[in-house]
Order: sequence, then C-alpha cells, then structure tokens
Amino acid sequence: MGKLSKKAKVYLAVVFFILYAPIFYLIFYSFNSGGTMSSFDGFTLEHYAAVFNDTRLLIILMNTVIVALLSSLISTAIGVLGAIGIVFLRNRKMRNAVLSLNNILIVSPDVIIGASFLILFTMIGVKLGFASVLISHIAFSIPIVVIMVLPKLQEMSSTLIDAAADLGASKRDILTRVIIPYIKPGIFAGFFLALTYSLDDFAVTFFVTGNGFSTLSVEIYSMARAGITLTINALSALIFIVTLGLVVGYYFFNQRARNSIGTGGH
Amino acid sequence: MNSKGARSFYLIPYYIWIALFVIAPIALVVYYSFFDLQGNLTLENYQNFFSSVYLRLTLSSFWYAFLVTFFSILIAYPTAYWLTKTKHKQLWLLLIIIPSWINLLLKTYAFIGIFGLYGPANKFLAAIGLGEQQILFTDFSFIFVSVYIFIPFMILPIFNSLDKLNPALMDASRDLGASSWMTFRKVIFPLTINGVKSGVQAVFIPALSLFVITRLIAGNKVITLGTAIEQQFLVTQNWGMGSTIAVFLILFMIIIMMLTGQREKGGSANGKTK
Repeated sequence: MGKLSKKAKVYLAVVFFILYAPIFYLIFYSFNSGGTMSSFDGFTLEHYAAVFNDTRLLIILMNTVIVALLSSLISTAIGVLGAIGIVFLRNRKMRNAVLSLNNILIVSPDVIIGASFLILFTMIGVKLGFASVLISHIAFSIPIVVIMVLPKLQEMSSTLIDAAADLGASKRDILTRVIIPYIKPGIFAGFFLALTYSLDDFAVTFFVTGNGFSTLSVEIYSMARAGITLTINALSALIFIVTLGLVVGYYFFNQRARNSIGTGGH
Repeated sequence: MNSKGARSFYLIPYYIWIALFVIAPIALVVYYSFFDLQGNLTLENYQNFFSSVYLRLTLSSFWYAFLVTFFSILIAYPTAYWLTKTKHKQLWLLLIIIPSWINLLLKTYAFIGIFGLYGPANKFLAAIGLGEQQILFTDFSFIFVSVYIFIPFMILPIFNSLDKLNPALMDASRDLGASSWMTFRKVIFPLTINGVKSGVQAVFIPALSLFVITRLIAGNKVITLGTAIEQQFLVTQNWGMGSTIAVFLILFMIIIMMLTGQREKGGSANGKTK
C-alpha cells in the first residue's frame, strides 16, 4: 500500500480539525473573563469557582453520579444473570426471540423510550423524580450489559461447567467460581458502558424527570436554552476530562478482554 | 432436570424487565394513540396525522434526515478510506470515536457560540469578504451540526468494512486495466455497501428523532418527528397525538432497519448510537 497522498492528508487534517475544534473552543472560553464565547478578554478561573460554589449545581451533579452508579450496578446484575439465562436457553427460536426483544431498547430513539416510559410511570403511579429516572436508566442499560456479556459467555466452553460439576461444585459455586470469573472482562465492559450511557443520557431523563429532580444534562439543556453562560463551558471542560477517563478505562478493559481470549485465559 | 429450574431462575428479573420496559411501553404508546385530549376512544389522531400539517412535517423531517445522511456519507467515506491507509489506523479511529462520547448537548451548545452573530464562523465570513450572516436558526446550521454529531457513526462501520477488504482485489482490478475510479465504483464500493448501510441506519433514525439540535440550533425553523413528539408530550400535553406520531416513527424505524438490514455484523457495536 502506498503512502497517503498530500490531498488525503489535508482532507483528514480538516476532518480532525472540525471534529475537535468545537470541543476545544468550548474549553478555551471557559477561561474567559469576558462573559461571551466571541471575544477573549482575559484569563480567569471564576467560572470553575462558580461551578464549585453553586450548591444547587453540586447537588445535581451528585444526583447524576448516584443515578449513574446505582443504575449501572443494578443493570449489570440483572443483565449478567439474564445473559447467562439466555445462553442456557435450549430452544433456538426462543433464544432468538429474547435477543430481538433485548435489542429493541438499543435501537429505539430516545424520544420514544422517554415518551413511553412517561406513560408507563403515570399509569402505574410512580412519582416522577429520582425513582422514575433511576428505573429508566436501569431499564435502558440492561440490554447494553447483555450485549457486552453475551460474546464472552458464548465463547466459554461448556466442558468447563461439566468439569466443575463432575468435581462436585454446587450450582452456586459454578456461577460464582467458574462462570463469573470467566466473563469478568465482559461484565466490566458492560458496567462501564452502562455508566457512560447513564451519565450521557439527556432525552429519556428529560421526559421522566419531574419538577423537583434534575440531572446534569437536563440542567445543561435548560441553561443552554437560556443562552450562553460560561458556567456551561467550565462544566464541559470538567465533563470532557471525566469522559476521557471513562473512555480510556473502557478501552483498557476491552483490551484486557481481548488479550485474555488471545492467551487462552491464563 | 432440576438444574433447568435454577437456570430459568436467572431469567426471572430479566423477563420482568422485558415485560415491563420493552413490551408494555410499546403497547401503551399504541393504546394511547387511540385517545383524544378528553380521553375518548377515537381514530382522530390518525386522521390528523394524515392531514396536510403532519404530512408536511413528516416529509420535511425525512428530507432533512436524508440531507444529513447524504452529507455524512459524502464526508465519511473518503475519511474512512484514507484512515485505513494510515500507519496507526486503530489509534486514528479511536480519535474519531472519542468526540462521539462527549455529551451531545455540549457539542450542540458549542455551535451556539461558533455560529453566533459575533462568533468565529461570522468572523471568518467577514474576513473573506462575505460579511456577517445569520447562521444560527437556519436550515444550514441544523444540517451542519447534525452531520458534525453523526459523522463518527458513519465513519466507523465504513472503516470496518473497508478494513476487511482484501487488497489483492484492488491490485487485481488495476492489473486488469481498471482506472482508480472504475475500481472504486465496481469493486470497492459494492464490497463495502454493508458498512454504508450500517452507517445509514445509525444516522438516519436519530436524524428523524433528535430534538435537542432542532431546539437549540434551529429554533423553530426545523421540526423533526422527534421534536413534534416532545412538543406534544411535554408542551401541549396531548399524549394521544404524541403517541400517534411515535407509532409512525416506530414504523418508519422498522422499515429503515429492514431496508438497511443485513445478516453480517456491522460496526455499530462500538461508540454510541442513539
């Protein structure tokens, strides 16, 4: 294969520039002492101070993190058990049907998920607020966990389980000492992905959050609708760093998952 | 055997989830689409949907989604093609994916500043002598920001299918006397059409349904199906009509997935698609 032509290099450079420019533009103006995103008057950290001095914002931030952690933990538990159950389903048709149902929430647009959950919560009488947001996040994270865990389960040889059973392991032991350790990389990948989906979600939360409860993205939306506030810029810089950390963490676990296949587990 | 009981025990919470959060919500949306504001059982919402207002809305939503998808392919294909030729292609690909993990709201918000009356885009236009323009709240701004946001989801599957391509095929085509354009048209593109289809799936449906970009960037200039649903549910509080539009959006989604569907695994498992 030949080297890239000059034209190709310029093209790629332009694409990368356009992809990253808006993000760095946001972060750059978070240090602006002027209050706009058009003229840089001088360097300041006051917008970061504003973020950390705003108790309301800090409470919202805490809500967001709590919802993300709780929802990804619970959805990981349900998703992992579900994936194990799916793999053990003998009936092929049944298994495909369950898998199709599993993927519905992954492909559905957020507006549909949000609107239909809003109807559901109103019908069964769940008060809109923390509970409805948490339940929604659990609900849309479960299929993601299943998708991440399933491949690891499928590549696991059933002889491992038979061997454990022959050696006298109880069903509990087989689950906790054979299956779970084997699929651990998949579980972590699923957990991370659920975490980022929850932190990132706006549209579903926007539908099912009531008046009293808010998450960071819903708050940013209402701030952004009011116009430019450099507090959002400071927030984006902080979120950018957290996101990068999560992406690196996710790839790290994914890489480990892949390596452990390559070396055959040990 | 008795182990069968234990195994289905794993599935109990999962099945409850399927029943409550997959089947019930869809059923409820369909059910609600048959009620008007007063709670009477009616087909009025469906009649309304086929009235000129909603038909025009649907058509314009499809038109915008088409434009967004078209420009995404136009930009993503060469990008993916040249990316596969770079030295550290996986690293470059990761750099393409990272922006897709940054919250959609923040990226959209950035463009409020960039396209603003005194923003850098207008400064650039003034510098090249075009003068200041109203960029925000136009069709252009909506399409530009949408393409910006969706482009990684288009690049990724195309990259994956190009990457799997056997280079010997290109050499063979060239040896047999085909020009590069001919090779692209007759060999490369047909063999990577599945990647393009996955990309279309990942871009077209969100382009129909996202309401954040229209609300923040396009003002009321552009109304997509998603915007209309949000409007009916949260502003007008007409859940019946909102559900009817949602039913049609689900139908369109199924049709698009059938048109672009394929047996082969696409590349959409990486990065976020919604």
